[in-house]
Amino acid sequence: MTDPARGPGSLPRRLAAVGLGGSLQRKLIWQFLAAAALAAVTLFLAIRVTADRAAEAAQDSVLAAATLALSEGLLAEDDELDLDLPPTVLSMLSAMGEDQVFYRVVLQGRTVTGYENLALPAAIPTGGEPVFYKTSLNGTPVRAASLTRTILFDGAQTDVQFALAQTRHGQAAIADAIARRAGFLGIGFFVLAVPMSLLAARAILGPIGQVADGVSRRGPQDLRPVAERVPPELAPFIAALNGFIRRLRLAHSRTETFIAEAAHHIRTPLSAIRAEAEVALHEAGDDNIRTRLRRVIRSAEECSRSASQLMDHALVMSRSDREVRGPVELGALLDGLIASMRPTADLRELSLRWRRPDEPVVVLGDRLLLETALRNILDNAIKYSNPDDAIDLLLEVSGREASVKVLDRGRGIAKADLASLAPRFQRGENVRDIVGSGLGLTMVTEVSDSHDGRFRLEPREGGGTCAHFSLPLA
Amino acid sequence: MAGPITVPVRALILGVALMLAGPAAPLDVEEEFVLGRGDAASPLRILSTTDVSAARPFLEAFHGANPDVPIRYTVASTISAYDAIAREKLSFDLVISSAMDLQMKLANDGHARPIPDSAELDAVPRTARWRDLIVGISVEPVVIVARSDAFAADEVPHTRRELIDRLREDPERFRGRVGTYDPATSGAGYLFASQDAAFGSTFWRLAEVIGRLDARLYCCSGEMINDLADGKLLVAYNLVGSYSRARAAEDPRLLVIEPDDFTLQLLRTALVPQSAANPDAAVRMLNFLLSDAGIAAINVVPGQISVMSAPSGRLGASRTIRLDPGLLANLDRIRKDDFLREWTAAMVQP
Repeated sequence: MTDPARGPGSLPRRLAAVGLGGSLQRKLIWQFLAAAALAAVTLFLAIRVTADRAAEAAQDSVLAAATLALSEGLLAEDDELDLDLPPTVLSMLSAMGEDQVFYRVVLQGRTVTGYENLALPAAIPTGGEPVFYKTSLNGTPVRAASLTRTILFDGAQTDVQFALAQTRHGQAAIADAIARRAGFLGIGFFVLAVPMSLLAARAILGPIGQVADGVSRRGPQDLRPVAERVPPELAPFIAALNGFIRRLRLAHSRTETFIAEAAHHIRTPLSAIRAEAEVALHEAGDDNIRTRLRRVIRSAEECSRSASQLMDHALVMSRSDREVRGPVELGALLDGLIASMRPTADLRELSLRWRRPDEPVVVLGDRLLLETALRNILDNAIKYSNPDDAIDLLLEVSGREASVKVLDRGRGIAKADLASLAPRFQRGENVRDIVGSGLGLTMVTEVSDSHDGRFRLEPREGGGTCAHFSLPLA
Repeated sequence: MAGPITVPVRALILGVALMLAGPAAPLDVEEEFVLGRGDAASPLRILSTTDVSAARPFLEAFHGANPDVPIRYTVASTISAYDAIAREKLSFDLVISSAMDLQMKLANDGHARPIPDSAELDAVPRTARWRDLIVGISVEPVVIVARSDAFAADEVPHTRRELIDRLREDPERFRGRVGTYDPATSGAGYLFASQDAAFGSTFWRLAEVIGRLDARLYCCSGEMINDLADGKLLVAYNLVGSYSRARAAEDPRLLVIEPDDFTLQLLRTALVPQSAANPDAAVRMLNFLLSDAGIAAINVVPGQISVMSAPSGRLGASRTIRLDPGLLANLDRIRKDDFLREWTAAMVQP
């Protein structure tokens, strides 16, 4: 907050004073990516294994059908075998991936046809259902099915073993193709997961940034608890922050109360001093003493005024963060204010000219604060005007704004002063640096800030000052 | 099909008993043709069933394009060629054969090595190759060849049914003058006959008719065509198209008929055996045969059509013999015995 050129949301500045551990965002992203990579690899493996099994099951059922067809083609007439082996039985085994095909028919331990070196399963199947097994033939791994059938051979029921085998180039090719696709899918999944995890990490950490921004953007007097909706995970952090704010506000309001009390306690004896000095002035004959008494009276007046402003300021401080806003009609408010100020103006032989629109001008705000601010502006104008001057008060509506202008013919503000004061007012900073009458304008600025309004002092054409206080219409 | 030179019967009988372990026959070389320095350290050694006269154009075209590759081209019968690779493990770089079933068995049993991918290979129709092991080179029809004076001009048979009718109408004229392959001794003849039989009952009716007419059985197409030219035969059934067309082009007395009911299409296929000493040169030759220059050199021989320029798919009556392990059923011992028993019964009638 020390560098006015930097906005409140500037992160590096805020973090500069904070001890930094590992970045949560980076940690989250890495964990998301690791999870995504794991998921991608799992996806790949799952698809690969499933595809392999499915392809094997499909090919096994074809192999089983072919084995049955082979076995049903064998007939015997006495001791002559007749094998009806349609080429399609072998063709269909090859149809899927152009596989190599081998078969063998064994009768009474003798290979009657086919490949003698095609191994039968370790346990010779007994039922009519094909048994699947893996073996190799001339060094080529093959998947085989075997079954036993009984035929009438040479007058006796004889067991015949059939074996049919195929290479699984087709299955491997299908599995490879699917694995390739699964691989692309996995990579695609991972590639998609990268921006997703970035977004997700940002979304998860977003509320933290929002709270930080909201708190940073607050005015210096804004000590309301943080009311933003946050995920339950952030609740302890917000609760701690709000606890801290509460304690801070308590300390703050104690200070303000103390100042108000002190001002009040000073004002009472000051009134007594003034009253006593006025009595003494009446009674004193010596001109020298009368002059001194007049100085005492003026000093007491100044002092009392400062004490009033301190009280006003404390009031503004203690009310600016409370929700006591309501519709305020500025015309009526100014009517009352002028009525109460007129005696003071008359005392200084100043004329107050007052112009307002006929219709009511309503803004949303804290009536007491607005009245205090406007009184301070008017008080200032009265204070700095020369006797016999006129002070003009204007209430105007322009667009969505109500503006109050107070124009005097006082000594005005030097251009240089204006330039040096203006930024301080507009930022509403460094209250402690400003003493005396400056306190009043600071207070006005704070009221306008807390009401989303604007306050500025401008030199008036032909001498004097124009104080311009504007607020958004309700 | 191996040209004019007779294949020794011994090799064919061994081929019938293909699945039985037995003594391997020495390679019966029918022809040999050398291009370039035949005694060079590593010539491209081709074992083929296509005789030199039909192969010469593409061999010379390849040699013209690759003068650094000497070629030794050896012609043998289909069964000799199979035995040379499967049993004797002789070293050849490329085996070109018209016996699709034997080529399939070589590849199925692991005697062929994968052919590396190439643009030319990719362009081969799927029906003309099996995996990356067997590639079709040329395609030719299986035809009926008749003497032009065998039938009246308007009675030339165009289907098997019509042929049966013509033969039945005038049995005396055709007795002893109908020829076909002996499926018991000719691998190609057995392949054609069994494929025919798979397409319906017409084949067996035809077999009975020609059996009754005391058909003459041949081992090889060359002899059959010679006998046709000499007038000993009037009709020959199931001849390889390339030889028939080549001879018919020179001899106006010969009439080549592609049956309209269906015409088998035979693939001449090539594979690179595991025993190849110079497989790179073999692959170069294969890619050349599938390139534009190779296609032109194949097509220059009458009746020989490159697979790349053959009409694709099953157009009209064409039935391309399927190049897949279904062909192995053809070589099954029991099945073949059954088939030959039936065949003999049809041929020898009381």
